[in-house]
Amino acid sequence: MSNIIDDIRETARQLLADGKVDVVIGYEKGSLPLKATPCFVRSPQDITKLIWDETCENNLAAYVKKTPGKKAIIAKGCDSRALVVLLQENQLVREDLYIIGVSCQGVIDKKKVEAVTGEIISASITDGKISAQGMNGDKEFTFDELKDATCQTCRYPNPIIEDIHIGGTVDAAQQAVAFEDVIEMENKSIQERQVYFREQMSKCIRCYACRNACPMCYCQECFVDSNAPKWLTGGVDPAENLMFQAGRALHLAGRCVDCGACSRACPQNVDIRALGRKLAKDCLEMYQHESGINVDVKPALNEYSTEDPEAFLVKE
Amino acid sequence: MIMGESQENLNQSETNVFNPKIAAFLCNWCSYAGADLAGVGRIQYPPTIRTIRVPCSGRINPLYILKAMANGADGVLVSGCHPGDCHYISGNYVARRKFALIQSLLKHVGLEEGRVNFSWVSAAEGGRFAEVVKGTTERVAALGPNNGVFKVADRRATDE
Repeated sequence: MSNIIDDIRETARQLLADGKVDVVIGYEKGSLPLKATPCFVRSPQDITKLIWDETCENNLAAYVKKTPGKKAIIAKGCDSRALVVLLQENQLVREDLYIIGVSCQGVIDKKKVEAVTGEIISASITDGKISAQGMNGDKEFTFDELKDATCQTCRYPNPIIEDIHIGGTVDAAQQAVAFEDVIEMENKSIQERQVYFREQMSKCIRCYACRNACPMCYCQECFVDSNAPKWLTGGVDPAENLMFQAGRALHLAGRCVDCGACSRACPQNVDIRALGRKLAKDCLEMYQHESGINVDVKPALNEYSTEDPEAFLVKE
Repeated sequence: MIMGESQENLNQSETNVFNPKIAAFLCNWCSYAGADLAGVGRIQYPPTIRTIRVPCSGRINPLYILKAMANGADGVLVSGCHPGDCHYISGNYVARRKFALIQSLLKHVGLEEGRVNFSWVSAAEGGRFAEVVKGTTERVAALGPNNGVFKVADRRATDE
């Protein structure tokens, strides 16, 4: 791991020193334990701030569009897929972007620690073991126990596009059945699903942390902020929460790269990925489209075929 | 609106039949003209739909459907030109992918099948338009009133 950090820092220093980029977007140690924070390095002296470990959970692609100038970005597999979608949608200029690809073992879901120890006071990572001291007790975890749900089934741990690769590559997780979680949900009865999503949406406080963490949520004006028409009110009705989550999921249909940044950002532990994963499965089955794996194709909803399935129509 | 509602309540108490309210998003070029033809041809169909004319089925935002139900519509009907007949060449092809995903997602989160209905009705299919409305009304009536998967319970919280 330390070799990777050194290589990242050296690459970043070189890029800044040569004037190839104005800013390097990476991670630095956060103010909270087990959580790295995005960092923008603009001068070669600051490169020692950059880190790389299992706590680097943000999807940095979310910051690329907002950062002016030529930039380098440290990209995991999912970050690079998000960059691919943004490039497909002409949101980025490839020439202004230098992608430092790093293969990713997966990131920590902090909430799994908090569920056991309560609020984390301090934590340390040594040799793949994570020991956390919390308000309600201390515990030592293995990395596999804390791996985020999306990382456990990650099929693209290695960057799809990159200008330089740092460190080795990681083998993709082997999954017996793709979309196992979605299929399990589909097999439940309609009442069970209704109850499940009602329960999830009752937790949502509509803080929009999911939207802000999402690299694909770049609308100038989000539909939740729109006053005319006013799609959503300020209330926290579970039905309205579902309208927000379903509306957002539909905006992300065929674009979501399942990086899991939304669910990690969620303070209420809402199962946001359940909606996005369902649509990802549908896009794959109906349109043979997987988002963010090829710069030369369009997102699923930007194109069509005359042969698209029509099973959703009424029978009359 | 108020008058319409009070009349409907009156009707309901008399006959005790559930008259669903269905928001119908019809494309200007085909389905709206199809509805017009049904009217001109004096073809009877249930007076359950509230028509909202849109320029093209491709113009239909998924939020239209969700918002209709949030505001209490018991059902939604969406109809456009048949694939290949779009006035704007490809509007309904683009819409078709959207609709398929909407239908699938709504079913996934527990919305009853039949609450949201999609169809293609051409300007020449007045009779078929009446059939679609009849079928949609039957399905929605069988499901009963909007049970609140998307319906906002406390309407005072909304500002419409």
